[in-house]
Order: sequence, then structure tokens, then C-alpha cells
Amino acid sequence: MSGSTPASPTVNATTGPAREPKPVSLGMEAWRRFRRHRLALAGAIILGLMALGVVLGPWIWPVPINEIDFTARLQGPSLSHPFGTDDLGQDLLARMIYGGRISLAVGVVAMLIAVIVGVVIGAVSGISRGSIDAALMWVADLFLSLPQLPLLLLVIYLFRDSLKKYIGAEAGIFILIVVVIGIFRWMPVARLVRAQFLSLREKEFVEAARALGASTTRQVVRHILPNALGPVIVAATIDVAAAIIFESTLSFLGLGFPPDIPSWGRLLYDAKDHLDVAMHWALFPGGAIFLTVLSITYLGDGLRDALDPRRVM
Amino acid sequence: MTQPLLSIEGLKTHFKTDDGMIHAVDGVDLAIQRGETLGVVGESGCGKTVTAMTVMKLVAMPPGKIVAGRILWQGRDLVPLGPDEMRSIRAREIAIVFQEPMTSLNPVYSIGEQIAEVIRLHEGVGNREALDKTIEMLKLVHISNPERRVHDYPHQFSGGMRQRVMIAMALSCRPKLLIADEPTTALDVTIQAQILELLGELKEKFGMAVMLITHAMGVIAETAQRVAVMYAGKVVEEAPVASLFASPLHPYTQGLIRSIPRVDTAATDKKRLEAIGGVVPSLLDPPPGCRFAARCKYARAICTEETPPLREVKAGHKVACVLY
Repeated sequence: MSGSTPASPTVNATTGPAREPKPVSLGMEAWRRFRRHRLALAGAIILGLMALGVVLGPWIWPVPINEIDFTARLQGPSLSHPFGTDDLGQDLLARMIYGGRISLAVGVVAMLIAVIVGVVIGAVSGISRGSIDAALMWVADLFLSLPQLPLLLLVIYLFRDSLKKYIGAEAGIFILIVVVIGIFRWMPVARLVRAQFLSLREKEFVEAARALGASTTRQVVRHILPNALGPVIVAATIDVAAAIIFESTLSFLGLGFPPDIPSWGRLLYDAKDHLDVAMHWALFPGGAIFLTVLSITYLGDGLRDALDPRRVM
Repeated sequence: MTQPLLSIEGLKTHFKTDDGMIHAVDGVDLAIQRGETLGVVGESGCGKTVTAMTVMKLVAMPPGKIVAGRILWQGRDLVPLGPDEMRSIRAREIAIVFQEPMTSLNPVYSIGEQIAEVIRLHEGVGNREALDKTIEMLKLVHISNPERRVHDYPHQFSGGMRQRVMIAMALSCRPKLLIADEPTTALDVTIQAQILELLGELKEKFGMAVMLITHAMGVIAETAQRVAVMYAGKVVEEAPVASLFASPLHPYTQGLIRSIPRVDTAATDKKRLEAIGGVVPSLLDPPPGCRFAARCKYARAICTEETPPLREVKAGHKVACVLY
């Protein structure tokens, strides 16, 4: 049934009216539409491979990330160093694998923070009328109008050292960066969720649930939220991409992870002084960021088409 | 007479808008006895639905407000009740079926999950038992092959089927009163007849009372025992169904009945169908007097000065008009 009848949602036609048609859940419908979107499917596969690569990489390429070898400085790709080496002769493939873990983890965790904060604030705002709604949206506008980069730099300067001292360099900076990105990116999600809530709240099925004795919490959690999730999922994928870019920006400015914890952004930062002699050093992490963000964007595109309720019927 | 199941006394629900107060329901008196079908008719915007929603306390407040009156449910006034107490009355005591079956079901859950949710919520039974009860309810509303259909999603059902599902959901906790708010308006005529038949059948089976809100006189004639005619937020006439159709008293009711095409005389009578002249008055800060006065051919001076009360003029036949 792959793609022969592009717009027909009927399942009965293929299985025959006399046979019992299998119940089609909305998830299956969405998956069917998603598969049609070639680029999105390609994006999902590339992302999957990357995730697999950074998780399993250290076992397949068991080279330490910090083994210094001055005889092999700034070498281009070769068999012993497939991605070349940096100015200390450290193996770049190993550093890329390690950095990928950090960059992807930052993307996903920062997105989760942004989405959770955004959904909660948006939901509270959308379901309550009047002053609470106005106050929350005022806060969102406030956050939107803050000059983000200078503030970020300030926050990181203020808290980096103390966090490093108490939780350790890697975990401390990870938490700091993820929280900072998260709290600067919840506003679009909150506005999206609020808008969805405002329209869904008046839908007949919510009214019906209320007429059948559902409490406000139940109406929100069981009836409104699941219907509002489609656009949120799409926004979330875009947020992952944005968070990865944001992290590389921070690292590029030297405010992200320290050199002994390479993320893709940090690798770019380290590479910038040697662009003339060791182009590969910047190309690989830059390419990885580019490919990841592009894949995520296409994935989001595909999800938007697949989850669009207007296409359900 | 025994205590009525539901008795609405002098109910006024107003809505605050930027232009002033909308008197959507403006002094409604109604009573429903156990096991009885009360038809509520009137044209669009006369307050039928707002009355029903007020009884369920589903009117958004603000902007809505119950300005006056009592809603006595088995003698207990629902007006002062808080949201928690109202929740336990909804579905278990009074249930409502809406006009729009196409959008009244949540598209992300199978219909079985939605019916079972109501059963679990109000009866505190486990998943297994709730599923069994759900299948039993689907059987009662004549959905074929309920064991399999229970897992289907709303988009796999037609309008009539969805309305059956809505009825199953509303009745799953055996309410004593079902408010059916134009349950057949969105459906075509044959399905309409089937749904009305189903409602009648289930009413007998459960011994519940039905408040049937509609603007179709034909539907009322077939299903109701008593009829209340509403006009501009007030009940203008209330009578047993036979008495109302045989001798309508209020000029508005007379106009309504004359405006129904008659199959038996249409072929021989070459008259145009009569319409009621004029339009429904604005409910925004309405003037005193009878609301129908502006369109009434019997209107006199007193009609625009005093509001006639609803009085019993024949046995069981009440009307609010100065003519009687």
C-alpha cells in the first residue's frame, strides 16, 4: 500500500469490505503518512545512525580522546586517524564521537526542559482566564524581549565556577548550559500550547467531558493535552536543532565546555586558529552539526505533515 | 402530584457583554416528572440550550450568571452547589447529549476508552469490568459487533453512529434524567427517526425522564408527553402534547403550528404556508411587557406594559398571555 493512492485514508478498500478491517489507531495513520515523506524518513535514519554511532562509537573505535602525540600534529585524514588529528595530535574521530554524545545530549535535554516548562506554563495560561493568563503571557513576553546572548554570558560567568566546584566540571557545565538554553526557549512552546488550549477548550468533546463529570485537571490532562501535542512535538524537534546550534555558539565563544570535554561546538572553536593548515579539523564537526540540524529539521517537517489533524479527516 | 424530578422556578441566566446584559433565560418555569418526556421547543436563540446548560451548571461563569431562580433536583437546589458537588450529579443523575455528534468525541481515543472513562470515573470499577460494561452499553444502543467496534476511533463512525456512542456514554451511569439538546438536528431524516426511536426505547428500559430540546414540532409530536414552548428566554405555553397541537393558545404557538406544512391538505389547499412576521427581539436589555407583542396580531396596549405570568387556564395547560 506504499504510495499507490496518495490521499485516500480508507483501509477497507485494500482489505476488502467483507473482511474485518483492522482498527487504525491515529499513531498508525500518522506513521503511514510519515513514511511518504522521503526527506523526513532520511532525516530520521541519519539521526538514528548518528545516535547509534555516538553511543556505540567508543567500542568500535576504542582510541582515547586525550592521547597526545606530537609526532602526528594536524594530520589530515588517514587510515590510522580517519578524521585526522588536532594540534596536539589527538585523534579527531574519537573526539567527534565523544563530542557528539555531548552535543546530542545537550540538544535533547535542553529541548525537554524548554518543552516541559513551556507546556506547563502554556497549559495553565490557556485554561485559566483573566489575570493568571495575562501575568504568565507577560512573563513570556518579558523573556522574549531579553537580549539573550549577553545575559547568557553573564549567567555562565556567574555560575560556572561554583557549579564546577560542587558537581564537577562535566556535569556542572552540562547542567548549566542545558538549563540556560531551556529557560530561554520555553516561550514559543508556551504560546503554542496556550493557543491550542484556547481553541480546544471550547471544543464540543471537552464540553461533553465536562457534562459527564470530568474535573478540570482531567479535562486538561486527558482531553485537551493529547490533542495539543502534535504541534508541540514538531516545535520540540526544531528546539533540539536550535539547542545544538546554541551550544556550539556558546562553545565557540569559549563559554561552553572546556577543551578536555570536546563537544562539536568546542571542536570548532579549537579549530579556528588552524583553518589555513588543518581545514579538516573544522570541517568534520561543522559538517556533523550541519547534518544533524538538517536531519532534525526535515524530521520536524515530516512530523508536522504526519500529525496535522486536518489530514486525519 | 408527587414531587417532580426536576423543577425549575423563575430561572434567570444572564450574560454580561460589552453592550449590556443579555437576558438569555429570563424567568423560566419548568417541571419534569419521573419517567416523562418533556419537549422544549422554540426557535434558535430563545434560550432552550442555555436553560439546559444552566441546569447542568455548564454555563461559563463569567460571563454567564444565574441572576435568580431555583433548580430543584429531587427537592435539592442545584444553584448554590460548588463544582465538586455538581460533578457527582453530572452523568450519574443528569446527563446531556449534545447536538453535534461529529465533534463531541475526542479524536485521540477509541470510543471504548471514552465510554469506559465515564464508567470508571463514576463507579470506581476496574478496567476489565468497565470494558464489559462499555460493550454492554454499545449493544444497548444497537451498534453491531460491539466487541470489535469498541476499539475503533471516532473517525471510523458515521454521524448517526457517533450520536449512538454519545447516548451510550451519557447513559452509562444510568442517569435519572437525560437532557437531549437537539440530538437529531445534525443528522439526516432516517437516522433522526432511528435515534428518536432509540431514545424512546432506552427511556422505557431505564425508566428515566427525558428533556428533549428541539426546534422541530414533528419530533415533539412523536416523542413528548408534555411540551413547553419557549420564546425569547421565557416559557410562553406549557401543555400535554395532544392539547397543545389540538388547541394551541398562545399566538406564538399558533403561528408555529400553522407554519408546519401539512401532508394531508398540501395537495388540495393552494394556500401559501403561513409565516410569523418579524424577527425575534434582541435579548439585550429587553423592554418590559410580553416579548411577543411586536409580532402578535392580537397585541393591545397592555401587552407592552406588563409581562403576563404563566397561568393554568385549562387542566394541565398553562399559557402566558393576556388573552386568557
